[in-house]
Amino acid sequence: MVDNQSIYLTFAVILFVIGAAGAICRRNAIVVFMCIEIMLAGVSIAFVTFSRANHSLDGIFMVLFVMAVAAAEAAVGLAIFLLMYRKQGSIDLDKFNLLKW
Amino acid sequence: MLDFVVPALNLKAILPQLILALTALTVLLVDVFAKGKGKTSLGALSLAGVVAALITLMLSRGSHESAYAGMLMADGFGFFITLIVCIVTFLTILASINYERICPDIKAGEFYCLMLFAAFGMSFMGNAGNLIMIFVALETMSISIYVLAGFKTSDAKSIESALKYFLLGAFASGFLLFGFALVYGAAGTLDIVKLGAFFTANPDSLHHPMVLGGMALMTVGFGFKVAMFPFHMWTPDVYEGAPTVVTGFMATGVKAAAFAALVRVFFVGFAPLQADWTTIMWVAALLTMTIGNLVAISQTNIKRMLAYSSIAHAGYLLVGFVVGTELARSGMLFYLLAYAFANIGAFAVISAMGKDGEEYTELNDFSGAGFKYPFLGLMMSIFIFSMAGIPPAAGFMGKFFIFSEAIKSGYIWLAIFGVINSVISLYYYLGVIVRMYFKEPEREITIMAPAGTMIAALSIAAFAVLQMGIFPSYIWDLARESVKMIM
Repeated sequence: MVDNQSIYLTFAVILFVIGAAGAICRRNAIVVFMCIEIMLAGVSIAFVTFSRANHSLDGIFMVLFVMAVAAAEAAVGLAIFLLMYRKQGSIDLDKFNLLKW
Repeated sequence: MLDFVVPALNLKAILPQLILALTALTVLLVDVFAKGKGKTSLGALSLAGVVAALITLMLSRGSHESAYAGMLMADGFGFFITLIVCIVTFLTILASINYERICPDIKAGEFYCLMLFAAFGMSFMGNAGNLIMIFVALETMSISIYVLAGFKTSDAKSIESALKYFLLGAFASGFLLFGFALVYGAAGTLDIVKLGAFFTANPDSLHHPMVLGGMALMTVGFGFKVAMFPFHMWTPDVYEGAPTVVTGFMATGVKAAAFAALVRVFFVGFAPLQADWTTIMWVAALLTMTIGNLVAISQTNIKRMLAYSSIAHAGYLLVGFVVGTELARSGMLFYLLAYAFANIGAFAVISAMGKDGEEYTELNDFSGAGFKYPFLGLMMSIFIFSMAGIPPAAGFMGKFFIFSEAIKSGYIWLAIFGVINSVISLYYYLGVIVRMYFKEPEREITIMAPAGTMIAALSIAAFAVLQMGIFPSYIWDLARESVKMIM
Protein backbone atom coordinates (compact mmCIF):
# COMPACT_ATOMS: atom_id res chain seq x y z
CA MET A 1 0.00 0.00 0.00
CA VAL A 2 2.74 2.41 1.01
CA ASP A 3 4.72 1.59 -2.10
CA ASN A 4 1.71 2.13 -4.33
CA GLN A 5 1.14 5.48 -2.73
CA SER A 6 4.68 6.67 -3.36
CA ILE A 7 4.43 5.58 -7.00
CA TYR A 8 1.31 7.64 -7.51
CA LEU A 9 2.81 10.59 -5.66
CA THR A 10 5.98 10.48 -7.73
CA PHE A 11 3.82 10.44 -10.84
CA ALA A 12 1.86 13.45 -9.56
CA VAL A 13 5.02 15.41 -8.82
CA ILE A 14 6.52 14.55 -12.22
CA LEU A 15 3.36 15.77 -13.97
CA PHE A 16 3.36 18.94 -11.91
CA VAL A 17 7.01 19.67 -12.67
CA ILE A 18 6.57 18.97 -16.40
CA GLY A 19 3.62 21.36 -16.42
CA ALA A 20 5.43 24.08 -14.48
CA ALA A 21 8.57 23.82 -16.63
CA GLY A 22 6.49 23.95 -19.80
CA ALA A 23 4.50 26.95 -18.59
CA ILE A 24 7.73 28.83 -17.98
CA CYS A 25 9.62 27.80 -21.14
CA ARG A 26 6.98 27.65 -23.87
CA ARG A 27 6.03 30.83 -25.75
CA ASN A 28 2.75 29.86 -27.37
CA ALA A 29 -0.16 30.94 -25.18
CA ILE A 30 -2.22 27.81 -25.87
CA VAL A 31 0.70 25.49 -25.11
CA VAL A 32 1.34 27.42 -21.89
CA PHE A 33 -2.28 26.98 -20.97
CA MET A 34 -2.08 23.24 -21.72
CA CYS A 35 0.96 23.03 -19.46
CA ILE A 36 -1.03 24.65 -16.67
CA GLU A 37 -3.70 21.99 -17.23
CA ILE A 38 -0.97 19.33 -16.83
CA MET A 39 -0.05 20.92 -13.50
CA LEU A 40 -3.68 20.68 -12.42
CA ALA A 41 -3.77 17.03 -13.50
CA GLY A 42 -0.75 16.36 -11.28
CA VAL A 43 -2.48 18.12 -8.40
CA SER A 44 -5.61 16.04 -8.94
CA ILE A 45 -3.68 12.77 -8.82
CA ALA A 46 -2.00 13.87 -5.59
CA PHE A 47 -5.40 14.69 -4.09
CA VAL A 48 -6.90 11.32 -5.04
CA THR A 49 -3.87 9.48 -3.67
CA PHE A 50 -4.00 11.31 -0.36
CA SER A 51 -7.75 10.87 -0.22
CA ARG A 52 -7.30 7.11 -0.40
CA ALA A 53 -4.41 7.10 2.04
CA ASN A 54 -6.30 9.22 4.57
CA HIS A 55 -9.63 7.43 4.12
CA SER A 56 -11.43 10.72 3.65
CA LEU A 57 -13.51 12.02 0.77
CA ASP A 58 -12.37 15.68 0.94
CA GLY A 59 -9.63 15.16 -1.62
CA ILE A 60 -11.99 13.62 -4.16
CA PHE A 61 -14.41 16.54 -3.79
CA MET A 62 -11.52 18.87 -4.34
CA VAL A 63 -10.69 17.09 -7.60
CA LEU A 64 -14.28 17.56 -8.81
CA PHE A 65 -13.98 21.28 -8.14
CA VAL A 66 -10.57 21.45 -9.78
CA MET A 67 -12.04 19.93 -12.93
CA ALA A 68 -15.01 22.30 -12.92
CA VAL A 69 -12.80 25.32 -12.40
CA ALA A 70 -10.37 24.17 -15.08
CA ALA A 71 -13.26 23.98 -17.53
CA ALA A 72 -14.37 27.52 -16.63
CA GLU A 73 -10.80 28.74 -16.96
CA ALA A 74 -10.49 27.10 -20.38
CA ALA A 75 -13.61 28.90 -21.58
CA VAL A 76 -12.37 32.29 -20.43
CA GLY A 77 -8.78 31.65 -21.50
CA LEU A 78 -9.64 30.56 -25.03
CA ALA A 79 -11.89 33.59 -25.43
CA ILE A 80 -9.01 35.86 -24.41
CA PHE A 81 -6.63 34.05 -26.81
CA LEU A 82 -9.13 34.44 -29.64
CA LEU A 83 -9.50 38.16 -28.95
CA MET A 84 -5.74 38.52 -28.88
CA TYR A 85 -5.36 36.63 -32.14
CA ARG A 86 -7.90 38.85 -33.87
CA LYS A 87 -6.13 41.93 -32.62
CA GLN A 88 -2.48 40.96 -33.09
CA GLY A 89 -2.63 38.06 -35.55
CA SER A 90 -0.58 35.89 -33.22
CA ILE A 91 -0.68 34.32 -29.79
CA ASP A 92 3.08 34.20 -29.35
CA LEU A 93 3.78 35.52 -25.87
CA ASP A 94 7.05 37.15 -26.96
CA LYS A 95 5.16 39.46 -29.30
CA PHE A 96 3.11 41.06 -26.55
CA ASN A 97 5.08 44.07 -25.54
CA LEU A 98 2.64 46.95 -25.33
CA LEU A 99 2.98 46.73 -21.59
CA LYS A 100 6.46 46.31 -20.22
CA TRP A 101 6.44 42.61 -19.29
CA MET B 1 -17.58 3.45 6.62
CA LEU B 2 -17.85 7.18 6.23
CA ASP B 3 -20.63 9.03 7.96
CA PHE B 4 -22.55 11.43 5.84
CA VAL B 5 -24.51 14.10 7.67
CA VAL B 6 -26.76 16.31 5.60
CA PRO B 7 -25.85 19.84 6.65
CA ALA B 8 -28.65 22.15 7.69
CA LEU B 9 -29.52 24.75 5.06
CA ASN B 10 -28.55 27.92 6.91
CA LEU B 11 -29.51 30.65 4.47
CA LYS B 12 -29.10 33.37 7.06
CA ALA B 13 -25.35 32.82 7.19
CA ILE B 14 -24.91 33.49 3.48
CA LEU B 15 -27.64 36.08 2.95
CA PRO B 16 -25.40 38.98 1.80
CA GLN B 17 -23.53 36.75 -0.65
CA LEU B 18 -26.80 35.23 -1.82
CA ILE B 19 -28.16 38.70 -2.58
CA LEU B 20 -25.01 39.56 -4.53
CA ALA B 21 -25.31 36.41 -6.64
CA LEU B 22 -29.04 36.84 -7.26
CA THR B 23 -28.52 40.46 -8.27
CA ALA B 24 -25.80 39.36 -10.69
CA LEU B 25 -28.14 36.84 -12.30
CA THR B 26 -30.98 39.38 -12.44
CA VAL B 27 -28.72 41.92 -14.11
CA LEU B 28 -27.74 39.32 -16.69
CA LEU B 29 -31.39 38.46 -17.40
CA VAL B 30 -32.53 42.08 -17.59
CA ASP B 31 -29.66 42.79 -19.95
CA VAL B 32 -30.94 40.14 -22.36
CA PHE B 33 -34.53 41.35 -22.46
CA ALA B 34 -34.23 45.10 -21.89
CA LYS B 35 -33.83 47.36 -24.88
CA GLY B 36 -32.55 50.91 -25.11
CA LYS B 37 -33.53 52.73 -21.99
CA GLY B 38 -33.75 49.63 -19.83
CA LYS B 39 -30.01 49.08 -20.22
CA THR B 40 -29.14 52.30 -18.49
CA SER B 41 -30.89 51.11 -15.35
CA LEU B 42 -28.56 48.10 -15.01
CA GLY B 43 -26.09 50.11 -12.98
CA ALA B 44 -28.84 51.29 -10.64
CA LEU B 45 -30.10 47.72 -10.28
CA SER B 46 -26.61 46.48 -9.35
CA LEU B 47 -26.21 49.30 -6.85
CA ALA B 48 -29.53 48.39 -5.24
CA GLY B 49 -28.34 44.79 -4.92
CA VAL B 50 -25.08 45.80 -3.26
CA VAL B 51 -26.91 48.12 -0.86
CA ALA B 52 -29.31 45.31 0.04
CA ALA B 53 -26.35 43.01 0.69
CA LEU B 54 -24.74 45.71 2.82
CA ILE B 55 -27.90 46.16 4.90
CA THR B 56 -28.35 42.44 5.54
CA LEU B 57 -24.66 42.28 6.40
CA MET B 58 -24.96 45.07 8.96
CA LEU B 59 -27.99 43.33 10.47
CA SER B 60 -25.97 40.14 10.85
CA ARG B 61 -23.24 41.94 12.79
CA GLY B 62 -22.07 39.92 15.76
CA SER B 63 -23.03 36.55 14.28
CA HIS B 64 -20.55 33.89 15.25
CA GLU B 65 -21.35 30.54 13.77
CA SER B 66 -19.97 27.99 11.41
CA ALA B 67 -22.38 26.86 8.74
CA TYR B 68 -22.52 24.12 6.10
CA ALA B 69 -20.45 21.60 8.05
CA GLY B 70 -17.58 24.00 8.65
CA MET B 71 -17.35 25.10 5.01
CA LEU B 72 -18.40 28.60 5.91
CA MET B 73 -17.48 30.75 8.88
CA ALA B 74 -20.06 33.46 9.45
CA ASP B 75 -17.85 35.21 12.01
CA GLY B 76 -16.65 38.73 12.73
CA PHE B 77 -13.62 38.44 10.48
CA GLY B 78 -15.70 37.39 7.52
CA PHE B 79 -18.13 40.17 8.39
CA PHE B 80 -15.44 42.83 8.10
CA ILE B 81 -14.06 41.46 4.82
CA THR B 82 -17.57 41.30 3.34
CA LEU B 83 -18.07 44.87 4.51
CA ILE B 84 -14.92 46.00 2.66
CA VAL B 85 -15.94 44.04 -0.44
CA CYS B 86 -19.46 45.49 -0.49
CA ILE B 87 -18.16 49.04 -0.07
CA VAL B 88 -15.57 48.55 -2.81
CA THR B 89 -18.15 47.09 -5.18
CA PHE B 90 -20.62 49.87 -4.44
CA LEU B 91 -18.09 52.63 -5.14
CA THR B 92 -16.74 50.92 -8.25
CA ILE B 93 -20.19 50.48 -9.77
CA LEU B 94 -21.06 54.08 -8.91
CA ALA B 95 -17.89 55.26 -10.65
CA SER B 96 -18.40 52.95 -13.66
CA ILE B 97 -21.68 54.60 -14.61
CA ASN B 98 -19.61 57.66 -15.50
CA TYR B 99 -16.87 55.54 -17.10
CA GLU B 100 -19.36 54.12 -19.61
CA ARG B 101 -19.37 57.49 -21.37
CA ILE B 102 -15.59 57.64 -21.64
CA CYS B 103 -15.09 54.03 -22.55
CA PRO B 104 -18.13 52.81 -24.53
CA ASP B 105 -16.93 49.19 -24.63
CA ILE B 106 -18.03 48.56 -21.09
CA LYS B 107 -21.63 49.60 -21.64
CA ALA B 108 -22.99 46.14 -21.03
CA GLY B 109 -24.82 44.16 -18.42
CA GLU B 110 -22.02 41.60 -18.23
CA PHE B 111 -19.78 44.25 -16.76
CA TYR B 112 -21.91 44.68 -13.65
CA CYS B 113 -22.76 41.00 -13.54
CA LEU B 114 -19.09 39.99 -13.49
CA MET B 115 -18.30 42.63 -10.90
CA LEU B 116 -21.02 41.27 -8.63
CA PHE B 117 -19.83 37.69 -9.13
CA ALA B 118 -16.28 38.78 -8.32
CA ALA B 119 -17.60 40.42 -5.14
CA PHE B 120 -19.45 37.19 -4.34
CA GLY B 121 -16.19 35.25 -4.61
CA MET B 122 -14.22 37.80 -2.60
CA SER B 123 -16.73 37.76 0.21
CA PHE B 124 -16.66 33.96 0.37
CA MET B 125 -12.87 34.03 0.51
CA GLY B 126 -13.17 36.02 3.72
CA ASN B 127 -15.75 33.59 5.10
CA ALA B 128 -14.25 30.31 3.92
CA GLY B 129 -13.65 27.70 6.60
CA ASN B 130 -12.29 25.03 4.31
CA LEU B 131 -9.52 24.96 1.71
CA ILE B 132 -12.02 23.73 -0.90
CA MET B 133 -14.10 26.85 -0.27
CA ILE B 134 -11.04 29.06 -0.51
CA PHE B 135 -10.13 27.55 -3.86
CA VAL B 136 -13.61 27.80 -5.35
CA ALA B 137 -14.13 31.35 -4.05
CA LEU B 138 -10.69 32.41 -5.27
CA GLU B 139 -11.41 31.11 -8.76
CA THR B 140 -14.90 32.65 -8.85
CA MET B 141 -13.27 35.95 -8.08
CA SER B 142 -10.28 35.50 -10.39
CA ILE B 143 -12.14 34.26 -13.46
CA SER B 144 -14.52 37.21 -13.24
CA ILE B 145 -11.60 39.59 -12.89
CA TYR B 146 -9.72 38.05 -15.87
CA VAL B 147 -12.70 38.93 -18.03
CA LEU B 148 -13.12 42.38 -16.50
CA ALA B 149 -9.44 43.18 -17.14
CA GLY B 150 -9.94 42.51 -20.83
CA PHE B 151 -13.25 44.30 -21.09
CA LYS B 152 -12.01 47.14 -23.29
CA THR B 153 -11.96 44.91 -26.35
CA SER B 154 -11.00 47.72 -28.72
CA ASP B 155 -7.79 48.32 -26.80
CA ALA B 156 -4.92 45.87 -27.35
CA LYS B 157 -3.42 46.85 -24.00
CA SER B 158 -6.51 45.77 -22.13
CA ILE B 159 -6.57 42.36 -23.82
CA GLU B 160 -2.86 41.93 -23.21
CA SER B 161 -3.32 42.66 -19.53
CA ALA B 162 -6.17 40.12 -19.36
CA LEU B 163 -3.97 37.52 -21.07
CA LYS B 164 -1.06 38.08 -18.70
CA TYR B 165 -3.27 38.07 -15.63
CA PHE B 166 -5.03 34.94 -16.81
CA LEU B 167 -1.90 32.90 -17.56
CA LEU B 168 -0.01 33.95 -14.44
CA GLY B 169 -3.10 33.65 -12.26
CA ALA B 170 -3.83 30.12 -13.45
CA PHE B 171 -0.15 29.23 -12.97
CA ALA B 172 -0.19 30.58 -9.41
CA SER B 173 -3.39 28.76 -8.50
CA GLY B 174 -1.69 25.55 -9.64
CA PHE B 175 0.96 26.14 -6.97
CA LEU B 176 -1.67 27.02 -4.39
CA LEU B 177 -3.52 23.78 -5.14
CA PHE B 178 -0.41 21.66 -4.87
CA GLY B 179 0.23 23.29 -1.52
CA PHE B 180 -3.29 22.34 -0.45
CA ALA B 181 -2.68 18.77 -1.64
CA LEU B 182 0.54 18.38 0.36
CA VAL B 183 -0.99 19.77 3.55
CA TYR B 184 -4.01 17.53 3.02
CA GLY B 185 -1.70 14.56 2.64
CA ALA B 186 0.05 15.32 5.91
CA ALA B 187 -2.95 16.31 8.01
CA GLY B 188 -5.76 14.36 6.38
CA THR B 189 -8.21 17.21 6.38
CA LEU B 190 -8.97 20.33 4.37
CA ASP B 191 -10.92 22.00 7.15
CA ILE B 192 -8.94 24.98 8.40
CA VAL B 193 -10.02 24.66 12.04
CA LYS B 194 -9.29 20.93 12.02
CA LEU B 195 -5.89 21.61 10.45
CA GLY B 196 -5.04 23.85 13.40
CA ALA B 197 -6.27 21.21 15.84
CA PHE B 198 -4.28 18.50 14.07
CA PHE B 199 -1.03 20.45 14.20
CA THR B 200 -1.56 21.32 17.86
CA ALA B 201 -2.24 17.67 18.70
CA ASN B 202 0.69 16.30 16.66
CA PRO B 203 3.64 18.62 17.20
CA ASP B 204 6.04 16.10 15.67
CA SER B 205 4.26 16.38 12.32
CA LEU B 206 4.94 20.11 12.18
CA HIS B 207 8.28 19.87 10.43
CA HIS B 208 7.34 17.09 8.09
CA PRO B 209 8.64 18.09 4.63
CA MET B 210 5.15 17.76 3.22
CA VAL B 211 3.77 20.35 5.65
CA LEU B 212 6.61 22.79 5.10
CA GLY B 213 6.51 22.30 1.32
CA GLY B 214 2.77 22.75 1.28
CA MET B 215 3.05 25.91 3.30
CA ALA B 216 5.72 27.29 0.96
CA LEU B 217 3.62 26.54 -2.13
CA MET B 218 0.57 28.15 -0.54
CA THR B 219 2.66 31.22 0.23
CA VAL B 220 3.51 31.39 -3.48
CA GLY B 221 -0.15 31.13 -4.47
CA PHE B 222 -1.42 33.70 -2.00
CA GLY B 223 1.66 35.88 -2.49
CA PHE B 224 0.76 36.17 -6.14
CA LYS B 225 -2.75 37.38 -5.37
CA VAL B 226 -1.64 39.97 -2.80
CA ALA B 227 1.30 41.08 -5.03
CA MET B 228 4.00 40.10 -2.55
CA PHE B 229 7.63 40.31 -3.64
CA PRO B 230 8.92 38.31 -5.62
CA PHE B 231 5.52 37.46 -7.10
CA HIS B 232 4.57 41.05 -7.89
CA MET B 233 5.80 41.32 -11.49
CA TRP B 234 2.36 41.02 -13.05
CA THR B 235 0.86 43.88 -11.04
CA PRO B 236 1.98 46.97 -12.99
CA ASP B 237 1.25 45.41 -16.39
CA VAL B 238 -2.20 44.25 -15.44
CA TYR B 239 -3.11 47.42 -13.56
CA GLU B 240 -2.00 49.60 -16.45
CA GLY B 241 -3.84 47.71 -19.17
CA ALA B 242 -7.13 47.02 -17.42
CA PRO B 243 -9.99 49.55 -17.66
CA THR B 244 -9.31 52.09 -14.92
CA VAL B 245 -12.38 51.41 -12.77
CA VAL B 246 -11.57 47.70 -12.89
CA THR B 247 -8.02 48.47 -11.79
CA GLY B 248 -9.37 50.19 -8.70
CA PHE B 249 -11.58 47.18 -8.03
CA MET B 250 -8.66 44.75 -8.46
CA ALA B 251 -6.27 46.77 -6.36
CA THR B 252 -8.63 46.87 -3.38
CA GLY B 253 -11.12 44.01 -3.50
CA VAL B 254 -8.77 41.27 -4.64
CA LYS B 255 -6.13 42.36 -2.16
CA ALA B 256 -8.59 42.41 0.75
CA ALA B 257 -9.93 38.97 -0.15
CA ALA B 258 -6.49 37.44 -0.64
CA PHE B 259 -5.22 38.87 2.64
CA ALA B 260 -8.33 37.54 4.37
CA ALA B 261 -7.69 34.02 3.12
CA LEU B 262 -3.98 34.32 3.97
CA VAL B 263 -4.73 35.44 7.53
CA ARG B 264 -7.30 32.73 8.11
CA VAL B 265 -5.19 29.90 6.74
CA PHE B 266 -1.99 30.94 8.48
CA PHE B 267 -3.37 32.14 11.82
CA VAL B 268 -6.01 29.43 12.26
CA GLY B 269 -4.65 26.52 10.23
CA PHE B 270 -0.90 27.01 10.66
CA ALA B 271 -0.97 28.74 14.05
CA PRO B 272 1.46 26.24 15.68
CA LEU B 273 3.94 26.92 12.85
CA GLN B 274 3.96 30.67 13.39
CA ALA B 275 7.64 30.76 14.37
CA ASP B 276 8.56 29.18 11.02
CA TRP B 277 6.64 31.42 8.67
CA THR B 278 7.28 34.65 10.54
CA THR B 279 10.91 34.80 9.41
CA ILE B 280 10.07 34.32 5.73
CA MET B 281 7.27 36.85 5.91
CA TRP B 282 9.55 39.34 7.69
CA VAL B 283 11.89 39.35 4.70
CA ALA B 284 8.98 39.36 2.25
CA ALA B 285 7.36 42.34 3.98
CA LEU B 286 10.58 44.35 3.94
CA LEU B 287 11.37 43.61 0.29
CA THR B 288 7.76 44.09 -0.86
CA MET B 289 7.48 47.60 0.54
CA THR B 290 11.00 48.65 -0.46
CA ILE B 291 10.82 47.39 -4.05
CA GLY B 292 7.32 48.78 -4.49
CA ASN B 293 8.29 52.25 -3.33
CA LEU B 294 11.65 52.44 -5.12
CA VAL B 295 10.29 51.37 -8.50
CA ALA B 296 7.23 53.62 -8.15
CA ILE B 297 9.52 56.66 -8.16
CA SER B 298 10.66 56.11 -11.73
CA GLN B 299 7.21 55.58 -13.26
CA THR B 300 5.75 57.99 -15.81
CA ASN B 301 2.28 56.48 -16.04
CA ILE B 302 0.06 57.16 -13.07
CA LYS B 303 -1.65 53.77 -13.21
CA ARG B 304 1.72 52.00 -13.14
CA MET B 305 2.84 54.27 -10.32
CA LEU B 306 -0.22 53.41 -8.27
CA ALA B 307 0.34 49.72 -9.11
CA TYR B 308 3.81 49.87 -7.54
CA SER B 309 2.38 51.86 -4.65
CA SER B 310 -0.18 49.09 -4.15
CA ILE B 311 2.73 46.62 -3.93
CA ALA B 312 4.24 48.84 -1.24
CA HIS B 313 0.91 48.87 0.60
CA ALA B 314 0.90 45.06 0.48
CA GLY B 315 4.28 45.31 2.22
CA TYR B 316 2.87 47.49 5.02
CA LEU B 317 0.00 45.03 5.41
CA LEU B 318 2.51 42.17 5.62
CA VAL B 319 4.17 44.00 8.52
CA GLY B 320 0.88 43.63 10.38
CA PHE B 321 0.80 40.00 9.30
CA VAL B 322 4.31 39.33 10.64
CA VAL B 323 3.61 41.01 13.98
CA GLY B 324 0.50 38.88 14.16
CA THR B 325 -0.95 40.01 17.48
CA GLU B 326 -4.66 40.63 17.72
CA LEU B 327 -4.13 44.38 17.56
CA ALA B 328 -1.84 44.05 14.55
CA ARG B 329 -4.47 42.05 12.70
CA SER B 330 -7.10 44.65 13.59
CA GLY B 331 -4.66 47.20 12.19
CA MET B 332 -4.52 45.19 8.96
CA LEU B 333 -8.31 45.25 8.64
CA PHE B 334 -8.41 48.97 9.35
CA TYR B 335 -5.62 49.57 6.85
CA LEU B 336 -7.37 47.47 4.20
CA LEU B 337 -10.51 49.59 4.50
CA ALA B 338 -8.61 52.89 4.54
CA TYR B 339 -6.54 51.75 1.57
CA ALA B 340 -9.70 50.64 -0.25
CA PHE B 341 -11.35 54.06 0.04
CA ALA B 342 -8.24 55.95 -1.05
CA ASN B 343 -7.39 53.65 -3.95
CA ILE B 344 -10.91 53.33 -5.35
CA GLY B 345 -11.12 57.13 -5.16
CA ALA B 346 -7.77 57.71 -6.87
CA PHE B 347 -8.53 55.29 -9.69
CA ALA B 348 -11.99 56.83 -10.08
CA VAL B 349 -10.38 60.25 -10.54
CA ILE B 350 -8.03 58.80 -13.15
CA SER B 351 -10.97 57.14 -14.91
CA ALA B 352 -12.67 60.55 -15.08
CA MET B 353 -9.63 61.99 -16.89
CA GLY B 354 -10.75 60.97 -20.34
CA LYS B 355 -12.94 61.65 -23.31
CA ASP B 356 -14.54 59.53 -26.04
CA GLY B 357 -12.62 56.33 -25.54
CA GLU B 358 -9.32 58.08 -24.90
CA GLU B 359 -7.85 58.19 -21.43
CA TYR B 360 -5.13 60.40 -20.08
CA THR B 361 -3.07 58.31 -17.73
CA GLU B 362 0.41 59.79 -18.15
CA LEU B 363 1.64 61.66 -15.10
CA ASN B 364 2.27 64.72 -17.27
CA ASP B 365 -1.39 64.85 -18.21
CA PHE B 366 -2.08 65.81 -14.61
CA SER B 367 0.02 68.97 -14.89
CA GLY B 368 -2.15 71.93 -14.05
CA ALA B 369 -5.20 69.72 -13.61
CA GLY B 370 -5.67 70.94 -10.05
CA PHE B 371 -6.78 74.41 -11.13
CA LYS B 372 -8.45 73.37 -14.34
CA TYR B 373 -10.63 70.77 -12.64
CA PRO B 374 -10.80 71.95 -9.03
CA PHE B 375 -13.12 69.19 -7.81
CA LEU B 376 -11.11 66.32 -9.25
CA GLY B 377 -7.88 67.97 -8.07
CA LEU B 378 -9.13 68.32 -4.53
CA MET B 379 -10.38 64.74 -4.43
CA MET B 380 -7.11 63.39 -5.84
CA SER B 381 -5.15 65.33 -3.23
CA ILE B 382 -7.20 63.83 -0.40
CA PHE B 383 -6.69 60.29 -1.69
CA ILE B 384 -2.99 60.82 -2.32
CA PHE B 385 -2.54 62.24 1.19
CA SER B 386 -4.23 59.17 2.60
CA MET B 387 -1.99 56.79 0.64
CA ALA B 388 1.10 58.72 1.66
CA GLY B 389 -0.01 58.48 5.28
CA ILE B 390 -0.27 62.18 6.01
CA PRO B 391 -2.67 63.13 8.80
CA PRO B 392 -5.59 63.73 9.01
CA ALA B 393 -6.28 61.14 6.30
CA ALA B 394 -7.18 57.53 7.07
CA GLY B 395 -3.91 56.09 5.74
CA PHE B 396 -2.03 57.76 8.56
CA MET B 397 -4.13 56.07 11.24
CA GLY B 398 -3.75 52.71 9.47
CA LYS B 399 0.04 53.00 9.39
CA PHE B 400 0.03 54.25 12.97
CA PHE B 401 -1.91 51.23 14.22
CA ILE B 402 0.31 48.73 12.39
CA PHE B 403 3.69 50.30 13.14
CA SER B 404 2.95 51.12 16.79
CA GLU B 405 1.93 47.53 17.35
CA ALA B 406 5.11 46.36 15.59
CA ILE B 407 7.20 48.42 18.01
CA LYS B 408 5.26 47.15 21.03
CA SER B 409 5.81 43.54 19.94
CA GLY B 410 9.54 44.01 19.44
CA TYR B 411 9.67 44.25 15.65
CA ILE B 412 11.48 47.57 15.92
CA TRP B 413 13.55 47.16 12.76
CA LEU B 414 10.53 46.30 10.69
CA ALA B 415 8.76 49.41 12.00
CA ILE B 416 11.81 51.56 11.24
CA PHE B 417 12.01 50.22 7.68
CA GLY B 418 8.29 50.81 7.34
CA VAL B 419 8.61 54.43 8.36
CA ILE B 420 11.64 54.96 6.10
CA ASN B 421 9.56 53.52 3.27
CA SER B 422 6.69 55.88 4.01
CA VAL B 423 9.14 58.76 3.71
CA ILE B 424 10.43 57.45 0.37
CA SER B 425 6.87 57.13 -0.88
CA LEU B 426 6.21 60.79 -0.08
CA TYR B 427 8.46 61.69 -3.00
CA TYR B 428 6.29 60.22 -5.71
CA TYR B 429 2.96 60.85 -3.98
CA LEU B 430 3.71 64.53 -3.54
CA GLY B 431 5.01 64.57 -7.12
CA VAL B 432 1.43 64.10 -8.29
CA ILE B 433 0.22 67.01 -6.16
CA VAL B 434 3.08 69.23 -7.28
CA ARG B 435 2.21 68.47 -10.89
CA MET B 436 -1.46 69.19 -10.36
CA TYR B 437 -1.00 72.55 -8.64
CA PHE B 438 2.44 73.96 -9.44
CA LYS B 439 3.08 73.03 -13.06
CA GLU B 440 1.80 74.34 -16.35
CA PRO B 441 0.02 71.80 -18.57
CA GLU B 442 2.31 70.39 -21.28
CA ARG B 443 -0.45 69.67 -23.75
CA GLU B 444 -4.02 70.81 -24.03
CA ILE B 445 -6.40 68.14 -22.89
CA THR B 446 -10.10 68.41 -22.36
CA ILE B 447 -12.09 65.91 -20.40
CA MET B 448 -15.78 65.21 -20.09
CA ALA B 449 -17.42 66.78 -17.06
CA PRO B 450 -17.84 64.01 -14.47
CA ALA B 451 -21.34 62.65 -14.10
CA GLY B 452 -23.32 63.07 -10.90
CA THR B 453 -22.69 59.46 -9.95
CA MET B 454 -18.94 59.99 -10.22
CA ILE B 455 -19.15 63.09 -8.02
CA ALA B 456 -21.17 61.06 -5.51
CA ALA B 457 -18.66 58.18 -5.52
CA LEU B 458 -15.69 60.53 -5.03
CA SER B 459 -17.43 62.49 -2.30
CA ILE B 460 -18.33 59.34 -0.38
CA ALA B 461 -14.77 58.01 -0.64
CA ALA B 462 -13.22 61.34 0.37
CA PHE B 463 -15.62 61.75 3.27
CA ALA B 464 -14.83 58.22 4.47
CA VAL B 465 -11.08 58.84 4.19
CA LEU B 466 -11.31 61.96 6.34
CA GLN B 467 -13.82 60.45 8.74
CA MET B 468 -11.61 57.39 9.32
CA GLY B 469 -8.59 59.63 9.76
CA ILE B 470 -10.09 62.11 12.21
CA PHE B 471 -12.52 59.86 14.12
CA PRO B 472 -11.05 56.39 13.65
CA SER B 473 -12.57 54.90 16.80
CA TYR B 474 -15.78 53.50 15.25
CA ILE B 475 -14.02 51.53 12.51
CA TRP B 476 -11.13 50.66 14.84
CA ASP B 477 -13.51 49.18 17.41
CA LEU B 478 -15.30 47.31 14.63
CA ALA B 479 -11.99 45.91 13.39
CA ARG B 480 -10.92 44.85 16.88
CA GLU B 481 -14.26 43.21 17.56
CA SER B 482 -14.00 41.42 14.19
CA VAL B 483 -10.53 40.02 14.82
CA LYS B 484 -11.53 38.76 18.27
CA MET B 485 -14.29 36.78 16.63
CA ILE B 486 -12.20 34.82 14.14
CA MET B 487 -13.12 31.16 14.54
